[in-house]
Amino acid sequence: MKRVVITGAGTINALGANVSDTLEAMREGRSGISELDIRDVDRLAIKIGGQVKGYEPEERFNRQQLALYDRFTQFTLVAAREAIAQSGLKFEGELAARAGVVLGNSGGGMTTLDENYRSVYEEGKNRVHPFVVPKLMNNAAASHVSMEFNLKGPSFTVSTACASSNHAMAQAFQMVHGGLTPVMIAGGSESMLCFGGVKAWEGLRVMSKDGCRPFSANRNGMVQGEGAGIFVFEELEHAKARGAEILAEVAGFAMSSDAADIVMPSKNGASRAISGALRDARINASDVGYINAHGTGTAANDKTESAAVADVFGAHADRLMISSTKSMHGHLIGGTGAVELLACIMALRDGIVAPTINYDEPDPECALDVVPNEAREAKVDVALSNAFAFGGLNAVLALKRFA
Amino acid sequence: MDTKDKVIEIIAEQAVLEPSDVTMDSTLEELGIDSLGLVESIFAIEEAFDISVPFNANAPEESDFDISSVASIVAGIEKLVAEQKA
Repeated sequence: MKRVVITGAGTINALGANVSDTLEAMREGRSGISELDIRDVDRLAIKIGGQVKGYEPEERFNRQQLALYDRFTQFTLVAAREAIAQSGLKFEGELAARAGVVLGNSGGGMTTLDENYRSVYEEGKNRVHPFVVPKLMNNAAASHVSMEFNLKGPSFTVSTACASSNHAMAQAFQMVHGGLTPVMIAGGSESMLCFGGVKAWEGLRVMSKDGCRPFSANRNGMVQGEGAGIFVFEELEHAKARGAEILAEVAGFAMSSDAADIVMPSKNGASRAISGALRDARINASDVGYINAHGTGTAANDKTESAAVADVFGAHADRLMISSTKSMHGHLIGGTGAVELLACIMALRDGIVAPTINYDEPDPECALDVVPNEAREAKVDVALSNAFAFGGLNAVLALKRFA
Repeated sequence: MDTKDKVIEIIAEQAVLEPSDVTMDSTLEELGIDSLGLVESIFAIEEAFDISVPFNANAPEESDFDISSVASIVAGIEKLVAEQKA
């Protein structure tokens, strides 16, 4: 089997419009969560989010592109341009024919839906813009990445709620690992910070009105974020042959289904995915130095995830670090695993572990080293990234420091 | 229909029971209503009484809306109706 490495990374999210700004914010434990600036926010009970601010679409895209790109597609392309530029790859000939793009996404073009529902229901119009369908479809982002970069291999979108990106990256990993293609673009995006998007989440009563405090005893729910994270997954020998800079190695993954409840998480499903990823990557549990937690800040997730980690790692659970960067960028739903992979790369490559900010009070049910409030320097050889979705669908990735 | 009867009707429907099986002392747990059922019941209560119930599933005890029994839910609704219709 082929070894798979990451040779490019890109992002835009509430912490920054590129990887270096995002990692700097994570190192400094800065929060990107703020008052939402969206239409009809006064009719929402939840008025905060990890919204991307100061973003001017017109600076990045022309008029024709903007007519076709929902906000989630725009974010995806911004991140993909950064990742592919860093990799130095040009997709031509044989490479173009084999390379593809697999992205995770949950809501599709929610802003487009919201605006057009308003127009036909609220304003009573009987005509919508001709591009509503190609803008809102969940695969629009992956398709536009394939078109902009000439990727003609396997390309599709995975939609598994909060695990979408991890499932997508696992698929891309598998394709490169199995020798189907030397390069895949992978990651995910989300943009549902619009009135209808936030209102729907509000209905479930799991959102916090005042902040995301994962693992802290006073946590009271999740905070939504938006943005994208995109990576270049490349076969090791292919990357070496062209002298590419290697950010980290993707060593394995596992997926599991709880087969239990549509919203409540399961310790067993989570621990099967975590231990499965270790087995797939042939990694000893005791070598894991850092876990980027799913860590939503809900009562149920954080205690279930902590119990699953304790189960899998035994005594080593007290020695490893686990943090939730959602405390800073919010929960990007289908795009969350992609942005969170950046924290794993930072831990492995730079030796800096991102903190869980807003940590106020220890919770005996989450008694792990959650790297409270301040980033920490540490040599990390192996990092895991957890994602546990509504619907009980779990996906965990295992990464190694590339030396 | 008074508040008490309406609340019992909503809770009985959620628990798939007859209203006569639901008493003021019943707890939601005894009636077999889980966390999703609770969130749905609160939504039905908000719709029926045209009120907004301050309830966060992550911190039920801090929600200022006591869900420990049918009686406490009725009392909570009467208070909210009085406040929000004032």
